[in-house]
Amino acid sequence: MSDLIRKDASELAGLVSSGEVSAVEVAQAHLDRIAAVDGDVHAFLHVDTAGALASAAAVDVKVKAGDKLSVLAGVPLGLKDILATNGLPTTCGSRVLDGWIPPYDATVVTKLREAGVVILGKTNMDEFAMGSSTEHSAFGPTHNPWDLERIPGGSGGGSSACVSSFEAPLAIGTDTGGSIRQPAAVTGSVGVKPTYGGVSRYGIVALASSLDQAGPCARNVLDTALLHSVIAGHDPMDATSINAPVPDVIAAAKRADIKGMKVGIVKELGGEGYQAGVRSRFEESVALIESLGAEVVEVSCPSFPAALAAYYLILPSEASSNLAKFDGIRFGNRVGDDGTKSVEQVMSETRAAGFGSEVIRRIILGTYALSAGYYDAYYGQAQKVRTLIKQDFDAAFAKVDVLISPTAPTTAFKIGEKLDDPLAMYLNDVATIPVNMAGLPGMSLPIGLAPEDNLPVGLQIIAPAMADDRLYNVGAAIERELLAKWGGPILGMAPELAGA
Amino acid sequence: MSGISQEDVAHLANLARINIPADQLGHYAKQLDAILNAVAEVSSLDTENVVAMSHPVPMTNVFREDIPGVSLTAEQALSGAPAVEDERFKVPRILDEE
Amino acid sequence: MAEATMNYDEAISKFDPVLGLEVHVELGTNTKMFCGCSTVFGAPPNTHVCPVCLGLPGALPTLNKIGVESAIRIGLALNCEIAEWCRFARKNYFYPDMPKNFQTSQYDEPIAFEGYLDVEIDTDEGRRTFRVPIERAHMEEDTGKNSHVGGATGRIHGADYSLVDYNRAGIPLIEIVTKPITGTGKYAPEVAKAYVAALRDILRGLGVSDVKMEQGSLRCDVNLSLRETPESKLGTRSETKNVNSLRSVERAVRYEVTRHAARLTAGDTVVQETRHWHEDTGISTSGRAKSDAEDYRYFPEPDLLPIAPSREWVEELRASLPENPAVRRARLVADWGLSEIDMNTVVNSGALDLIVEAVDAGVDPAAARKWWTGELSRIANDRGIELEELPVTPAHLKRLEELISAGSLNDKLARQALEGVIAGEGDIDAIVKARGLAVVSDDGPLLAAIDEALAADPAVAETIKSGKLAAAGSVVGAVMKATRGQADAARVRELLFEKLGVSE
Repeated sequence: MSDLIRKDASELAGLVSSGEVSAVEVAQAHLDRIAAVDGDVHAFLHVDTAGALASAAAVDVKVKAGDKLSVLAGVPLGLKDILATNGLPTTCGSRVLDGWIPPYDATVVTKLREAGVVILGKTNMDEFAMGSSTEHSAFGPTHNPWDLERIPGGSGGGSSACVSSFEAPLAIGTDTGGSIRQPAAVTGSVGVKPTYGGVSRYGIVALASSLDQAGPCARNVLDTALLHSVIAGHDPMDATSINAPVPDVIAAAKRADIKGMKVGIVKELGGEGYQAGVRSRFEESVALIESLGAEVVEVSCPSFPAALAAYYLILPSEASSNLAKFDGIRFGNRVGDDGTKSVEQVMSETRAAGFGSEVIRRIILGTYALSAGYYDAYYGQAQKVRTLIKQDFDAAFAKVDVLISPTAPTTAFKIGEKLDDPLAMYLNDVATIPVNMAGLPGMSLPIGLAPEDNLPVGLQIIAPAMADDRLYNVGAAIERELLAKWGGPILGMAPELAGA
Repeated sequence: MSGISQEDVAHLANLARINIPADQLGHYAKQLDAILNAVAEVSSLDTENVVAMSHPVPMTNVFREDIPGVSLTAEQALSGAPAVEDERFKVPRILDEE
Repeated sequence: MAEATMNYDEAISKFDPVLGLEVHVELGTNTKMFCGCSTVFGAPPNTHVCPVCLGLPGALPTLNKIGVESAIRIGLALNCEIAEWCRFARKNYFYPDMPKNFQTSQYDEPIAFEGYLDVEIDTDEGRRTFRVPIERAHMEEDTGKNSHVGGATGRIHGADYSLVDYNRAGIPLIEIVTKPITGTGKYAPEVAKAYVAALRDILRGLGVSDVKMEQGSLRCDVNLSLRETPESKLGTRSETKNVNSLRSVERAVRYEVTRHAARLTAGDTVVQETRHWHEDTGISTSGRAKSDAEDYRYFPEPDLLPIAPSREWVEELRASLPENPAVRRARLVADWGLSEIDMNTVVNSGALDLIVEAVDAGVDPAAARKWWTGELSRIANDRGIELEELPVTPAHLKRLEELISAGSLNDKLARQALEGVIAGEGDIDAIVKARGLAVVSDDGPLLAAIDEALAADPAVAETIKSGKLAAAGSVVGAVMKATRGQADAARVRELLFEKLGVSE
């Protein structure tokens, strides 16, 4: 197996642009890796071998011509299967979209293509991004490269797993309540949910429109920043896109200096309910941050305990409406149309057959929460709680520059362990959800292995809106110390996959 | 606050156009009841005089100029359709009048 | 199928009608409300569509600025308040002509609210003004179009399947809703019609829509209920959809009054339901019953940000409003010295703006009216085109009138000159010259022509001399013919009488 697959994205981009290695060689090395290990990992739903090699070849032509290249030209990437790709299947992990080929590209995809990033294929996910384990994919679960018996997080488990199994140095995820950060935490990779409005949502199949945000996944902070800089920026096709310069995340990742910064520990995100090894690694990080010259204080966000409840009203409500379009009329599969049934029956059968049980559960819940007579008590009340959460953050950021917490309460659990207990599953996102509710940027950074199970633990860093650069500055500072301590990347401690 | 019945689930499923078999209604009712009990926690906070937040970005008046852009061709538009006739989307007979 | 009805006068003697009107107007923007697709009517099916208006997964709406501006201008023209802050909402229900299975609309935060429109109708006591209270005007999007295949009637019932064209989906709509209109008594049908007509004139004057009821760019739903006395509680209302001509608005109100009255008198209740109006038979039939199954689960549209029109913007738009059509009409009636009937002819001919333009350019109002409602309307009608499409300018008419009053053209020659204008032969003077159009002012040729005419019909001279002056017409006609219309008919007549020694 080629050693190209273990290289960082920034390093690969340098090798390609200098002509030392061709982009086609880089793409082929990763395609070979996928062929070797994805049977076990199942990170990809669709591998676009021909498309990847063609776009890599196009980069090589530019290299030869001496054209100016983007910072990630020729670097391979896995794309969560929730982003519309012109000419490539887009399923959202759902049977209802099996076989659908969009006639257009998401804005993020357009930006990636323009930057010469090589899209290897579409990565697995919980159906319509509803889940924290990728077990809710209609096409079978993805496996955690650290332990194939375990979940890779979710909903973007395919993206986190492809990065941590060296199938791709980069991936795109989407994060509605933690779907980039929690998978990053349990796979020992880095993931960032940018400020809401920082990355265009156009062409990303909506789960909860007011919470969804696409973001970068990688194996280190600088690579994450490079990808962030490629996909971010104002898009007139997304009315909620922020028309302001993208924070200079690359410079921040290179600065890595937190001396004199104020860092807040969110009292409500930690302690009871968090696995012992998660807590101990988190406490070590706090000490590390202090040792780097930052001041650490505890802050309280009293409305956070209600965040999970509010989230599980807002998300299903918006999702119930967003997913109404999946009816077998204009695209996707149609079920039960035998020429005798009415369109109403066919829609109902199409949706019943096309959606998995978690999706149906949430659609029914959202339909209930929006119903006349319940709206004020549920959806309306949840939106007020959302305001309180935002106010808690505002108060906290009046005192500190960034906030930190564990990303997830536990390390990767076993496949099947929580599948029949939706409420237990929902708790995985307890620490990440408040960030989406307020539209803020957040990062998950690997901070070591939990002693009791030798599985990765993530640190969550949260910054104010449009201060995404702070995540990278803080993350890079901690990462530098940890790499020195570990003597190399955390993924070097992961077991070799059989195919390798 | 909750106490969701099988009939409630059937009604909601009808609103959401999902054909849930009768023998699964009880299962969903039980799960939804448990979830609704959990999410009732939103009522634990005092939200008097709190304004509901519908959008996480504090922006208003985002408009597009009234200038035509690029449309799909009929072929592209119909490319993903399960059934097509006469350059139109073919759908089973419609019962409800709008 | 047809339900029992009661004589209208009897119904009105027993009950007090309460009206409500919901008008949907399609805006004439270049692009749809939430995407850049064209709104032009009549394109091949599914060619004015994109991921947004087809509701493809991942697509997002963006808001048409002119759509919002039009909504505000309509609100202002209807004397409404304009919201300082409002949002779109999703109205959730499944229907095959609605790509997203929700309609992006406005719910409890309309952009315009609390207005009114005064309408005038003829009553037994003369012209009377009724104030129609407006509850709201809000923005939303149109649906696609279903056509039904198979079955007997091409209607939805009995069809084998349907075909959907989404070209219309997403075209901006403004929904204008009145409050309950009370106090009309027996004039409810006339008030309803006058309201829709006045609204149509306002919308046309604003230039926000082509307001063609027959093409569906203005659609009306009629709500009606009856109560025993003006003091009674409101009765149960029916909502009659698809009332798509002014005449039908009046007829539908009248029909529903007679239908409700028959039911109530028979001791039946009126069902709260949607009804469908049938233009051909002049009756409505029962549609869908409003039930509690209809739960639209409105919530604020997260993909579109709130609209907060600045007061400066609103005032700017207010300043740009055209004169209210009713006020303008009253002013023109006075300025031009017309009767109401003359004015109706002008308005119905669609020539009002063209006449105003000509008058502004210095043409006599009567002359401008004569040309536009007469000869030019005939020509446009013959060619099946709109008056506006004729290449006749105010300058043309002005020069024409100058030549007529100078006596160098008569009416017939003037019409020939206009034909030249329409045929693109240049300006009036050039056409007059090229076509040799000029009144013959020299008496010599006229006298010769008169002699010829009298010789051809020897009896006529005696008839005229005997006092039957009307017989002169045939001689004048013959002279006009002989001079190819270039004679001044009055002068011919003068010369004829002189010659025969007859005085008028």
